[in-house]
Amino acid sequence: MMKLKKGKLLIDQHNKDYLYGGKFGGNYVPETLKKPIEDLANLFEKLRRDKKFLNERDYYFKNYVGVPTPFFKLKNLTKHLGGAQIWCKQVSKANGGAHKIYNATVHALIALKAKKRFIIGDTGAGYAGKMLSMAAKKFGLKCKIFMGTKDIVRQAVNCRAMRKNGAEVVPVDSGSKTLVDAVSECMRYWVSNCDTTHMCVGSTVGPNIFIKICAWSTAQISRELMVQVKKEFGRVPKKLKLINCVGGGSSAMGFWNEFIGYDRNQVELIGVEAGGPKNSKRHAAPLTNGAKIGVLHGALQYVIQDAEGQIEETESISAGLDYPGVSPLHCLLKDSKRARYTSATDEESLEALKLISKLEKGKIRPSLEPAHAFSEAIKIAPKLSKDTIICVDSCGDQKKDKQIIKERLGHNL
Amino acid sequence: MRLSNIASTFKKCRQEHRPALLTYTVSGDPNKKKSFEILKAISSHADICEIGVGHNCNTGDGKQIQNSTYRAIKNGIKIKDTFAIVKKFKKTKNAKPCILMGYYNSVVQYGENRFVRKCKQVGVDGLIIVDLPWPENRNFSKKCKKNSINFIQLLSPTTSRTRMKKIIKDSHDMIYYISMLSTTGGKLKVSPEKILENYNKIKKINKSKNLVIGFGITIKTISSLKKADGLVVGSALCNEISKSIKNRQNSVTNVSNMVKNIRAKLS
Ligand SMILES: Cc1ncc(COP(=O)(O)O)c(C=O)c1O
Repeated sequence: MMKLKKGKLLIDQHNKDYLYGGKFGGNYVPETLKKPIEDLANLFEKLRRDKKFLNERDYYFKNYVGVPTPFFKLKNLTKHLGGAQIWCKQVSKANGGAHKIYNATVHALIALKAKKRFIIGDTGAGYAGKMLSMAAKKFGLKCKIFMGTKDIVRQAVNCRAMRKNGAEVVPVDSGSKTLVDAVSECMRYWVSNCDTTHMCVGSTVGPNIFIKICAWSTAQISRELMVQVKKEFGRVPKKLKLINCVGGGSSAMGFWNEFIGYDRNQVELIGVEAGGPKNSKRHAAPLTNGAKIGVLHGALQYVIQDAEGQIEETESISAGLDYPGVSPLHCLLKDSKRARYTSATDEESLEALKLISKLEKGKIRPSLEPAHAFSEAIKIAPKLSKDTIICVDSCGDQKKDKQIIKERLGHNL
Repeated sequence: MRLSNIASTFKKCRQEHRPALLTYTVSGDPNKKKSFEILKAISSHADICEIGVGHNCNTGDGKQIQNSTYRAIKNGIKIKDTFAIVKKFKKTKNAKPCILMGYYNSVVQYGENRFVRKCKQVGVDGLIIVDLPWPENRNFSKKCKKNSINFIQLLSPTTSRTRMKKIIKDSHDMIYYISMLSTTGGKLKVSPEKILENYNKIKKINKSKNLVIGFGITIKTISSLKKADGLVVGSALCNEISKSIKNRQNSVTNVSNMVKNIRAKLS
């Protein structure tokens, strides 16, 4: 079995070939990108050790992103389920409405240090794109966002926000017309423009440096959570379960980072992938369903593919989770058994939103991505003791999904 | 030591005082049968045939080659078909050396050792794996060498001089210089003079290596780069296939004529 190294950040647990556990990650990119990736890696290694840069990051996290995001108990849901206590870390309260703001802000700051005036990024649910467009506007960068044409339609609300922030939304009409193709197209654009343009990858995927920057940025979430949990319970509870949805895995990485060193019998990490429509075989759940290891977007990972290595189309009600691959960091957490992965179907996620809307109205309104995590919490809570603390990362705001939810349920929530 | 097919092709072209013409078409485009016929037809005019093993999530291809890739996949191309095409092609009268060009995941899924063995068996002369750069390709390129297959290293305008030296040291008979910052199929945005200046810098590091230039080369631009050891034309041919389909014309004759006209520019 793969083993995690004690006392070392997960993002730094790779070997000299940038492979985690000797087999996930790496830098499988065209020659042209080797130099820009090396430059970016050198810059980031310098910046993350630079007090001034850390102060700058913290300043913008505090005054721009908004820290800490709230942590509270969902009393009605807890009572209704009659088992474990359900708590919520409401990351959707961060500026822009989702965790994608941490990565976007850090990338914009790095772009400035790299003296790049243009910034590009991919997006699925539209939050990564919206946040990058916000950060670009704030820091005076010109921004292009690559987005699948299917996602442009189903996440129109976020798409409008990007344009309002002055970003150009580049429609990607190839393949599945979703996130996977948006990332490919964004990387291709970078190949052609890496001399002037900084690239942001919207999740903990891609060549190693992008995984590192992203996870390092979202780690803010668990730094806050650690303080909040200790304040609430006096210490890290004996039975704590941290549940997070996993698309590329940036939200989950951020939510778990500070807790990875704890014993898994004390702090269980549960990742929930997209199960897709109930009877569909095209689920975006490579970890849950035992996909084979392959190369996608520059990194070795569990990825949904055919026998020839062509990447297969996936299907999910949630654009943010609709991705055939997953972060090499989550592959490492799976193979070392530090985290457990499961999936929730479209229908189960909608049911979870209905229940939450009934019981916790006015408190939280999660988007379809965290709805997957809530679905798992609802599933396991009744079987667990009352001193078990389940904390769900409510990492996205529902506004963007209003139309999809109305179409599926026949009414608003 | 016996020269490889690739090395002897460059030698022959040098004797004819012209660069080698390398073509690139995607295996299975527009379908299995036609892609073989295209290969057979262009082989009379080309010196080396690159055959693309398309991947649907590639990070190096522009629109034209992407279109060819999607068409080939849709029409059912499988790796075993590509090997069969190469095998059949290499038995034809005018067959030229063959280079398979593709992405690493195709190799990973087939199995590195099995892939190299199969290449040797069907007569593949060289391999270009776009997303397996140096030093990631060190092991794999050794496996290729052991099986007398040329692993072709790529260099780009972003490659530093120190890195270049290391890559060239690990290279086999042929090296591929990417003319500009671009995916395949981009417009030539750098002047031919500048490209040749870079080309000469690379040649100076090791004169014995056959250095080809690719990306952005069309019938319009090819004459200006004639000083190179070899020149690659790809996207223009893929585009010609797309155009032929759109205009309901014969893609085999159209592409073959195009290669013939390009070849005429190099005499
Ligand atoms: C609200 C929300 N949650 C989750 C995700 C999935 O991404 P990740 O797994 O990187 O957190 C997205 C992606 O767009 C998102 O917008």
